[in-house]
Amino acid sequence: MISQIVSLLAAEDPTVTHHWLFPETAEIIYGGLAAVIIFAALAKFGGPVIKKSMSARTEKIQKELDGAASARTTSESEAVSIRAALGDVAAERTRLLAEADTQAAALLVDGRARIDTEIAGLEAKAVADLAAARGRGTDELRAEIAMLASLATPVVVQATLNDQTKQELIEAFITSVGAGR
Amino acid sequence: MSNASIEAYARALFEIAQAEGNLDAVESELFRMARAFESNEQLRSTLTDATIPADRRQGVVEQLLGGKASNTTTQLVSLVVGSGRSKDLPAIIDTLVRRASSEKKLEVAEVRSAIALTDDQQKRLSAALTKATGKQVNLKVVIDPTVMGGLVATVGDEVIDDTVRTRLEQLKSRI
Repeated sequence: MISQIVSLLAAEDPTVTHHWLFPETAEIIYGGLAAVIIFAALAKFGGPVIKKSMSARTEKIQKELDGAASARTTSESEAVSIRAALGDVAAERTRLLAEADTQAAALLVDGRARIDTEIAGLEAKAVADLAAARGRGTDELRAEIAMLASLATPVVVQATLNDQTKQELIEAFITSVGAGR
Repeated sequence: MSNASIEAYARALFEIAQAEGNLDAVESELFRMARAFESNEQLRSTLTDATIPADRRQGVVEQLLGGKASNTTTQLVSLVVGSGRSKDLPAIIDTLVRRASSEKKLEVAEVRSAIALTDDQQKRLSAALTKATGKQVNLKVVIDPTVMGGLVATVGDEVIDDTVRTRLEQLKSRI
């Protein structure tokens, strides 16, 4: 076959083409063989590399897609948490306000009760102090009167004791003692 | 001064008065002197003042009692003052009076009055006290203006008090 191809090629004029569009048959054959060899080489040696490269790229893209999905999930989860937290803050605010209102009301009630008690105590103390002061005043007045009376009595008695009265007292003593008291 | 010394002085004065034969009068005069000594602060301080010479103090006694008491009384008081026993004069005299009364089987009855008692009152009071205490009494009247009125009689340990002063004190206590 090869000798047939060589003889065929040798029979053609290399400077004249047999068709204005298509190359020469041999050229087609050479070209086709070369192309086949090249493609075969490419398929043999470049195919795995390209395949590996494509596979790595696919894996990388898949990884990025997975990462994006994960980030989205995380973001959505955080968004949910933030929304929940916002809800909790509002509830906490409401609860704190309610608690503050309750405590303020309790403080008010306690304060009023304490003030009422203190006022009652002060009133009782004032009444007791007044009574004590009145008692002291009465006692002091009584003591003053007693002191004045005790000072005045001997003077008055001395002034009224004349000799006749003294004689009468002596006679009364003698009579009393003689009668056996 | 110890009780023994007071007793010794009283016995000596008693024997002198008894020897002089006027024990009753001397006893009464000494009793009045003792009461005057107790009640008169100036007399007491003068007769007990150790810085005044003894003869000066005896001079005061003689000036005080001269003509008002018997010679024996004046000499006995002067003797006690001269011996430096003035502060014990009332105790010595009271012991002497008790001794004299005891000799006569009598109990001393000291009666304090704001005014003097008549002889009749003293007799009746003696009789009344004898009846009340069951003891024969040797009445000694002390003029004491502080009792104000009425009488207070002390016979031994018994006190019969019916004076205005005591009544006023009771009234003061009640007030």
